[in-house]
Order: sequence, then C-alpha cells, then structure tokens
Amino acid sequence: MKHLMIAAGLLSATAAVAADKPQLTVYTYDSFVSDWGPGPKVEEAFEAVCDCDLNLVGVEDGAALLSRLRLEGENTDADVVLGLDTGLISAAKETGLFAPNSVSADYTLPIEWPDDVFAPYDWGYFAFVHNADGAAPANFRELAEGESKIIIQDPRSSTPGLGLLLWVKAAYGDEAPEIWAGLADNIVTVTKGWSEAYGLFLEGEADMVLSYTTSPAYHLIAEEDASKAAAAFDEGHYMQVEVAAKLASSDQPELADQFLEFMVSDTFQQIIPTTNWMYPAVTPAAGLPEGFDTLITPEKSLLFTPDEAAAVRDQALAEWLGALSQ
Amino acid sequence: MAGRAQPVSPWPGVGAAALVAALILGTLAAVALRADTAGGFGPADWAALRFTLVQAVLSALFSAGLAIPVARALARRRFRGRSALIALLGAPFILPVIVAILGLLQVFGRAGWISDILGLFGLPPLRIYGLHGVVLAHVFFNLPLATRLILQAWQEIPAERFRLAAQLGCDGFTMFRLIELPMLRRILPGVLAVIFAICLTSFAVALTLGGGPRATTLELAIYQSFTYDFDLGRAALLSGLQLALTAVAALAALKFSRGDGFGAGLDRTIRRWDGGAPAVDACWIGVAAAFLLLPLAAVVISGLTGLFEMPALVFRSAVISVLVAATSTIVLLILALPMAMAVATGRHGIVELSGILGLAASPLVIGTGLFILIRPVANPVTLALPVTALVNAVMALPFALRILVPAAHDVVVRHGRLALSLDMDKRTFFTRVLLPRMHPQIRFAAGLSAALSMGDLGVIALFADPQIATLPLQIYRLMGAYQMQAAAGAALLLLLLSMGAFWLLDRGGRLHAET
Repeated sequence: MKHLMIAAGLLSATAAVAADKPQLTVYTYDSFVSDWGPGPKVEEAFEAVCDCDLNLVGVEDGAALLSRLRLEGENTDADVVLGLDTGLISAAKETGLFAPNSVSADYTLPIEWPDDVFAPYDWGYFAFVHNADGAAPANFRELAEGESKIIIQDPRSSTPGLGLLLWVKAAYGDEAPEIWAGLADNIVTVTKGWSEAYGLFLEGEADMVLSYTTSPAYHLIAEEDASKAAAAFDEGHYMQVEVAAKLASSDQPELADQFLEFMVSDTFQQIIPTTNWMYPAVTPAAGLPEGFDTLITPEKSLLFTPDEAAAVRDQALAEWLGALSQ
Repeated sequence: MAGRAQPVSPWPGVGAAALVAALILGTLAAVALRADTAGGFGPADWAALRFTLVQAVLSALFSAGLAIPVARALARRRFRGRSALIALLGAPFILPVIVAILGLLQVFGRAGWISDILGLFGLPPLRIYGLHGVVLAHVFFNLPLATRLILQAWQEIPAERFRLAAQLGCDGFTMFRLIELPMLRRILPGVLAVIFAICLTSFAVALTLGGGPRATTLELAIYQSFTYDFDLGRAALLSGLQLALTAVAALAALKFSRGDGFGAGLDRTIRRWDGGAPAVDACWIGVAAAFLLLPLAAVVISGLTGLFEMPALVFRSAVISVLVAATSTIVLLILALPMAMAVATGRHGIVELSGILGLAASPLVIGTGLFILIRPVANPVTLALPVTALVNAVMALPFALRILVPAAHDVVVRHGRLALSLDMDKRTFFTRVLLPRMHPQIRFAAGLSAALSMGDLGVIALFADPQIATLPLQIYRLMGAYQMQAAAGAALLLLLLSMGAFWLLDRGGRLHAET
C-alpha cells in the first residue's frame, strides 16, 4: 500500500508541476494512449507548440468512451473527446454535450464531410483479412456459398462487429437477413473484441477475419511480412471514420480549438498511419508511408449518415441475432 | 450456539462482511440511481438468462464431478513431481481470459493440436464451438480449483480415521462410504456454488467458445447495456439478477453442506492402507494433467519467442502488477480471516453470503459504481491502482473463504473449549492457536489471491491512466496494437509471476499437504 501511496503521490506531484501551464484533457480510447498507439507522439508534438499540458485519458474503446461521457455529463473533466466513430455520432449529438468547432481542412476522405461538431482524424475500410496465398471471395454472396471459415466480432461489444452489421445492411438492405443466414455456416465463432478475433485468425483458427483493409500494412511495414491481404468485395466496403469534438463544458475552449486544428495538421496526420494503422483524414504532404500503396482500394465506399446508422442499427442487430441464433 | 462463550469474537468478521456487502450493493445502487429509466426485461434477456443458467449448472457439475476422482487419486498416491503438479493445477485459473482462450483453442480448436492429430488419421477437425465448448472451457478454468479444494478437505481428515478403518479391515469402498463420502457431502455444495457463481459472470469465454450469439450470457447483456445502449437501469437490473442467483446458490449450498467434521486428530502423517487400483488413479491424474497442462504448454510455447520481443514497458507493468497483487492479498487477508472466524463461531448466514457475492458481482457494475461514487470526491484515475487492488481482493474473497472456513471451524471446535477452560483471552487464542494451526490454509488462500489478482484485468480498464498499466492491461494493449507475439511473451511473463507468487506463498501449504 505504501508503494501505491508513493505512486499516487508522484502522480499528483507531476500534476502540480504542470499546474502553472493550462491543461487540456482529452478523452480517447485505450489503444490510442498505449505506447504503441499515436498518443505519446501526439502529446510530445502538441506540447511543443501549445505551451500547455496535454492530458490524455484512455477509456476502453469508442463505445465505452461515449458511455463515460454520458456518465459524467456536464461535469466532465474532458475538454476534447477523440475516438468516436460514425456509428456513435448520432447518439453523441443527442447528449448535447458537444460544441461546434471551426476546424477546416482539405480532407482526403472518399466522402464529403459536412459535420461542424465532429472533425475526422482518420478513417479506414472494414475488410476480411486472409492469407495472401489463398483465394478470397469477391463478395458476401460468394463468401456465403463458399467454404471459407471466418471469425467476426460481436456488434454488441465491438466497433468492427457493428461495422460489419452496417456493411451488410448498407450493401443489401432488406436482403441482409438472407445474407446472414447464408454466412451462418461460414462463421467459426463470434468474439467479444477485435483482439481475440485477430489472435485466433493468426493461430490459423479461420481462413479470414473481420478487420481493416489497412491491416496487411502493419504486417508489411512493422514485421516485413507480406503474407496477409484484404479481400476486395465488389459490393463496396463500409467505412469507419474516427472523429473528435470539443466539449461544450470545456474551460479551455481556445486550447481545445487549437488541438482540433493541430489534429488535422501534417504533424498529427503523419503520426496516424503507422501507429493507428488507419488512413489519415488529410494525406500528409510527404504522402503515405511506403507499403500503403500495396493495399486494396475499394471501388465503392459505403457509409450511412449518422442518422441513418442510428435508425437501422437496432433492426440490423435483431436480424443478425435472428439469423445466427438458429 | 451464538449464546455460548466463544474463544474468538465474531464481530470483526461481521464488520468485514458488512463492508464487502456495502461495496457490492452500494456500487450496484449507485449505478441504478444514475439510471434515467427503470430497466426492462426483454425476450432476449430471458434467452440470455436461460443460457447462462444452463452453462453455469453444467460447468459446476462437470468441474466438481471430475474433480472428485482426480482429488481422490492425488490424495491416495505419492509420486515424484506430485507437489509440482498440484502447484501447476492453479495455473489455468489465473490466466487472463484472452490468453486462456487462445491457449485452449490452440489445443482444442479447428486448427488445434488435437485436430491436427485427427487430421493425420484422415478424421475431420474437432468441433469445439457450442455449449460443450463453453463447458469444456469452464471445466478447464475450474477443475483445478475444485480439485484443490476437495484435495484439501481430504488432507484434513485426521490420519487416525484412516488407521482405524484399516485396523477394522475396511476395504476401499467401505472406506469411501464411511470416511470420504461424508467429507464430500460437507465440501461439495460449497464448491458447486462457487463454480456456479464464477460461470454466471462468464462473457468472453462463453461467447467465443459458444460460437456465436446463441451463447449470450447475462454479463454480455450487461456490457451491451453499458456501451451499446447506455441503459444503466437494465445493467443494474441484470446485475441484481446475477447477485440474486448467486445468493440462492450460496444459501442452498449452506443448507445442504451439513454434517459434522471428523473431530480432532494428532496431526500424524496420513497413511493409506486402501490400495485401490493404482492404474485407475494414474489414469485420472494423467488425463487431468494433460487436459490442464496442454493449453498451458501452448501459452508457454507461443510466449517463448515473444519473451525477447517485449518492450521494456512490459516490465514496468509487471512491477505494478506485483504491487497490486501484494496489496490486494493483504486486503484480502484482513477481510477473510475475521470473516472465516465469524463463520466458525456459527454466525455464518450473512457472512458467508456476502463473501460469495464478490464472485457474482459484474466487474463492470462494480467499476462503474465506484467511478460514480469516487468522482465527486477525487479523481478516479489517480486511485486506479488502490481501487483495482480492493476489487481484486473482494473477487478473491469467496475462494479464500472456501479455503479458510473449514479449517477455522475445526480449530474452534477442537480447541475452543480447552482454551475457554484455560481462560485464554481471544487475542492469545488467535495468535497462539488459530494462526499457527491455520498456517497452511492462510498461505494457500494468500497464494491463490495473489495469483488471481495478478492475472485479473479487474476494473483497471475503466480507470486506466496511460502511465500506469497492470500486466493484463498491457497484454490487451499489445494485442490491440497487432503485437500478438509480444503479447504472448507478456502473457508468459504473467504466468511465471503468478505461479511464482502462488508457489512462494503457498509453499507452507503444500509442504503440509505433502508430508
């Protein structure tokens, strides 16, 4: 206990030293703040220009992040929240906790970005990742008819899982239940989160796993391993756009704006590809890292507007549960 | 019984029990009070309740049922490596869930070792996903615990009983009926209730091994209420249901686990004269060891390459985890010892009940509740480690009580009257009689709790500070960053640390059991 006290004491001591500088608190998901995520580099780079103390707080994942903000309400310590995605924007807006911002940038997203409350910082396409030496189906119907075994995540507990639900719904609409019924015998299992699914795939438990088109870039760049590929589906790929916003209750609104501007600047955007393994929202002047050019680029981008996503979500979940609980 | 003079005071234990109950029920109430709407109960929840109950009952029956022959074989046989095997038996229990799932499926999965062997003979791969997979995984986690608890009860039978039985010419079956069966009747209900309660809160294991949303448990529904729907009322309702089910199981266990102990012995070394068939015992021990050790071997093998790829940060997390485990073990003993003494004096109802609730309390509800309660007075993030240590201690309490209560009861029954007639005060009784006599059980409980706390993710994810991460959290972070190899290495380090802590603390217990 004594050591913990000392540890706690040290923590508050560092907080005290920084107290003479203004402090900006950013809530984000846990993998952003981890030492392998963008967090440490972002903190260093922003503190070099802001004359402030950037305090990153990690909360499990995007969905848990929103729950935390709803729990804290207007008393939240957060000035900025970073890490919600398009599927959560509608619910986030309903809370009325967020304030509009004036951030503008030449986004290199495959879609228009009209939202003035939530600014994007990175994006990606969901995709099934497989071993490059094996053949991959060209769409969901082929996948359902074939023998390939897949591992997916549960939409109730995982962002990619929810993304897949919306992907099938966006591509097939009312035919979605039929697609899920066809996929039922291809699904080896459904996991709580992305890590379990990806770990099982690497162990060889399935032929494909639901992840992102950018996943092979990690293996290529960080491990010099070209053996993974993402399957290009001709219905198009559903997108995930990750966004940040300023809290209306922030006591540092100028600093929060400065952070959001910084977020779409070259410095921040350069950090994203090889730490978050997603596409930056604004392609940096130096371009994307080598290796990203080998990735598949879907011909068609699918994405529900936040309101559409909120409207179809529950029905899509009921269809999914119905088809896979038989 | 309550009116009679006792050599120990029940009140500190009752106080500790009240604290634990206040923590569990208080956090639940905090969540419920924050809810905007009263939680409703939909058809999907009934399905989740049904599946949760079925898998928990089956898991408890299979774990305890298989543990009986394994514990009996271990109790009867002495062989080289026996104590190492008993120590290793604790391992599955302390692995972080995600590591255990990967290890299990490396052995039993579609592409696992067994499927590979089947493939050599042209047979199709094992079909592990389904209810049977869930039960298999839960048996993997709980068979070792059940075996240790039952084995301990076996070791606590005074050697004189076996000697007398042998002198009277009892054969193996008669000895089982007269000595061992009454012991099992006393211990089994508690073991069943504990495993049932653990399996009630299963989520990731049940979902993954169950193969899909058919295997939706109450804990998944709670998680969904928090993150997907943000329906705190429903989360509180479902969590309350888990607690109620556990309370029913615990009360049933108390009711059925009647029967007296074996009275005093002279602490002689146990010797057995009933040979039985050594081959049968060897078979049970062999099968159980293979079942439990193969997935561990898979974890070790995956971890070996990663062990040298681990970033230095992992070691800092390891130090933090050791500190959390140490704190949590101390807190646990401060709570568990008085509670065990209170139960021993006969005030067991409420104390036992609050002791077992820790198992059924959803970590998410406790964590969120604590967050709501702490936030108005302090920054929860700076309290992440003490809170994690406290919650881990409460979660380990039910196991500690199962270990400590029978021994405390025996000490009070055997030595209480003599101590009272000697006018020994309570303090002297505690330091001179109770502590020395319960030494092995205390060490076992401390070892288990330290290992458990080391491996449990607990509530740290809800309070995480980027600078402070326990080893299990660091493993999740590594995996989330695609670094599966390094994560496997960190998992191996965690396994070694947990086993090390367990071995260090439980050594006395094992020596006693070994003799």
